[in-house]
Amino acid sequence: MRSLFRFHGGVKPATNKAASTSEPIVKAPLPPRLVVPLHQSIGGTPHPLVRAGQRVLKGELIGAADGNVSSAVHAPTSGLVTAVEPALMAHPSGLTMLSVIIEPDGEDRWAELDRLNYKSTPPDELRDFVRDAGIVGLGGAVFPTHLKMNPGREGRTRTLVLNGAECEPFITCDDMLMRERAAGIVKGTAILRHLLQADEVLIGIEDNKPEAVAAMQTAVRAEGESMEVVAIPTRYPAGGAKQLIRVLTGIEVPHGRRSTDFGVQCFNVGTAYAVFEALTCGHPLISRIVTVAGNVDRPRNYEVLIGTPMSDVVRLSGQRTDTTRYLMGGPMMGMRMPGFDVPVVKATNCILVASDALFPPPPPEQACIRCGECARACPADLQPFELYWFSRAKNFGKAQEYNLFDCIECGCCAYVCPSHIPLVDYYRFSKSEIWARERDKSASDQARERFEFRNFRQEREKEEKAAKLAAKAAETRAKLATEPAVDGAAATPAADAAEDPKKALIAAALARAQAQRAAAQPKNTDNLSAETQAEIEQIEARRRTTGNAPASGPAPAGTGASAPDTQP
Amino acid sequence: MIHSPYIRKPASVQRVMGTVLVALLPGLAAYVWQFGAGILVNLALASVAAIAIEALVMRLRKRPVALAVGDLSAVVTAWLVVLSIPPIVPWWITLLAVIISIGVAKHLYGGLGQNPFNPAMVAFCALIVAYPALMSQWPGAGQLDFAAQLDLILGGARQPDGITAATALDALRTGMRSGASVGTVFSGNSAFGIAGGRGWEWVAAGYALGGLILLGTRVITWHLPAAFIAMLAVVSGLFWLIDPAQHASPLFHLASGGAMLAAFFIVTDPVSGATTPRGKLIFAAGIALIAWLIRSFGAYPDGIAFGVLLMNICVPLIDMKTQPPVFGHRGGNS
Ligand code: SF4
Ligand code: SF4
Repeated sequence: MRSLFRFHGGVKPATNKAASTSEPIVKAPLPPRLVVPLHQSIGGTPHPLVRAGQRVLKGELIGAADGNVSSAVHAPTSGLVTAVEPALMAHPSGLTMLSVIIEPDGEDRWAELDRLNYKSTPPDELRDFVRDAGIVGLGGAVFPTHLKMNPGREGRTRTLVLNGAECEPFITCDDMLMRERAAGIVKGTAILRHLLQADEVLIGIEDNKPEAVAAMQTAVRAEGESMEVVAIPTRYPAGGAKQLIRVLTGIEVPHGRRSTDFGVQCFNVGTAYAVFEALTCGHPLISRIVTVAGNVDRPRNYEVLIGTPMSDVVRLSGQRTDTTRYLMGGPMMGMRMPGFDVPVVKATNCILVASDALFPPPPPEQACIRCGECARACPADLQPFELYWFSRAKNFGKAQEYNLFDCIECGCCAYVCPSHIPLVDYYRFSKSEIWARERDKSASDQARERFEFRNFRQEREKEEKAAKLAAKAAETRAKLATEPAVDGAAATPAADAAEDPKKALIAAALARAQAQRAAAQPKNTDNLSAETQAEIEQIEARRRTTGNAPASGPAPAGTGASAPDTQP
Repeated sequence: MIHSPYIRKPASVQRVMGTVLVALLPGLAAYVWQFGAGILVNLALASVAAIAIEALVMRLRKRPVALAVGDLSAVVTAWLVVLSIPPIVPWWITLLAVIISIGVAKHLYGGLGQNPFNPAMVAFCALIVAYPALMSQWPGAGQLDFAAQLDLILGGARQPDGITAATALDALRTGMRSGASVGTVFSGNSAFGIAGGRGWEWVAAGYALGGLILLGTRVITWHLPAAFIAMLAVVSGLFWLIDPAQHASPLFHLASGGAMLAAFFIVTDPVSGATTPRGKLIFAAGIALIAWLIRSFGAYPDGIAFGVLLMNICVPLIDMKTQPPVFGHRGGNS
């Protein structure tokens, strides 16, 4: 038996997983319309490669990765592109996002597929292949997988952790995937291991999924791989990447650091399966397993094409009439969807159908009695109530000092709080305020820099003008000096008299300009820009430690505010 | 709009406070058994007064009344106040105690969760300074029947000439002042029982039992009672070992006065106490140390209340200096 480690805190809500695991995974039928958002991962938004009116084949690239920190998007089935237009995102903000709307032709005809033998392909090519297959972290963080397929600095990874913990209540997509497709997962893991040069592979599964543990163990043996399937104690959020790494290896990856710095890399089981499908079958990521649970008659797992409207999937499970909303994800960290017809995206592990009876609004918020329950439940070892007091008082500096950005928004604190304080909401508020301020600050820094540069330019232009003037004067003088030889001496004194004050003026201006330049140049170029630079670096450093670059746009669905490698 | 998490543990302030009330019952039962039912009169009076004051203040502050009264926190404060003061104080002392604790110490600072000082201890300190005589008339075990107690409680501030016996702590103090050794003081006075004051050891045991309930239901953590008891035992034990003639034993200290009530119910007040694990240890140990110092060298027979208030002042500093390391920032992490 491997000796396991524990992480502080955590909670044990009712798991509610039995209902959706009684039936096998089933393919959801083709919907009449698919809405495929182009931005489905952390990083750049892919460019659309198709136009309205164009026919596409299943698996055809419709959005190319925008740079390396991005991931491609494909047509989930064959059909007609009816529009490329903004559509409602699977995100609580209610914002829209450029999406490709496809009307399936029902033939489900595959495009020509590329396969790869991973053993004979150079790593760079493999990574590009995975990027172009659109594979992202399927645990919910949707971080582009190819970016994680790198052995760390030492060119070797000590431990490859496969995350099959699935700690959130209601969600069972990973459980069912492991039960039914364990061989594929193990094969995909072997590919990841090859790329990472990992010494050991640990597959962490919460011990409330004995079937999945057994299936994975059988598959590991059948594939002849040396991987260890480890049943870990069931305790939310054991499936958070950092918590799982802690439980399996004892290593605590601090906020803002990558686990590879500690020789560990972590992938979700679904991601490993997607890698296997992409390399051995050539299938890009166009579908995923989605749990439909909550306020439905028959909770179940479906294999759903990306872009399928959520209501089309939920209907299969028999949505009850008192349904009020859908949540994407589980009851602890899930996001409320802005509508019923938002599309299933790569981050959609679960559509949790909610009603007021199932998830009643919390009782009225009371005062914090500093009971410390929240601190005892916090897996990040924070003092949630202190963060709450600071957030309430809008004392954001203090909140940051008390490690606000180490909060993974797991919700444990709010879950246990006897005063029913929506603690996580306070942290979200504080975080967004701090981001907004830093964005403003960096914007104003840029503006100041621009302003200072203009000053410098104007100064320089003035100097140049003065210099030009001086040169011209010198020229005239030289000309005048040569003239007497031709025109006689009489003209010279007059000219000299006329020239002299001018000359003095010019000389003075020149000297002034030089002095100014001497004074101004370092001030405008060296000192200040160094100062600005330092400031910029400071902000950058802070941002690095907080791990949050200001988002260039709305966050993609499913990212929350956690570190990119967090896959709870 | 409701955000995650969408599920919550069935926990509430009401449940926490209700558990505290239940946990007080064993101690209360022992109290009634040993000292008579008079305490129940004051307890009932205080409970009603507490609810009335809480409701009144909440109405004046234009806050939801039902929520505040329903959370039972006022009743808990009232019970703790009554259990801290002598059981036969006249009714208006009880009333005054509740007004000070809830009206002043709690609501003047902003109500539930905002008070920097332990409300029950504020009331205790204020009253012992203002009415030292009434506040030290503790009855001996089985000394007064219910009618006599009722008479004292409802009859106003009649001087209880010779009715009450000196408590064990009092007797010890007076005895020591007169130059006697601990042994002679103990053997010559009926105030001393098996471990502490006569009858009080049972009440202390009841409180300790209640403390176990609180620990078992996770309303409190071990840190506060453990640090309090350990500190009191260690410091009194040290001096007892050095000079048993001049100092009472640790067992006596622990079983006397409000030590057990304090260990499990008073120093564990979450609002005014330290919150970090290390902070709790420092906070409770500090109270125990101050209490022992006052018991041994101070002007009052018991010093727990003053210890609590003094340590309340230090709480922000203690909490700030004892922030536990957050995930991944622990020393020794590779
Ligand atoms: S659990 Fe709630 S009431 Fe208790 S300390 Fe935390 S925030 Fe305050
Ligand atoms: S949401 Fe943040 S503060 Fe609350 S328990 Fe989770 S990590 Fe801790």
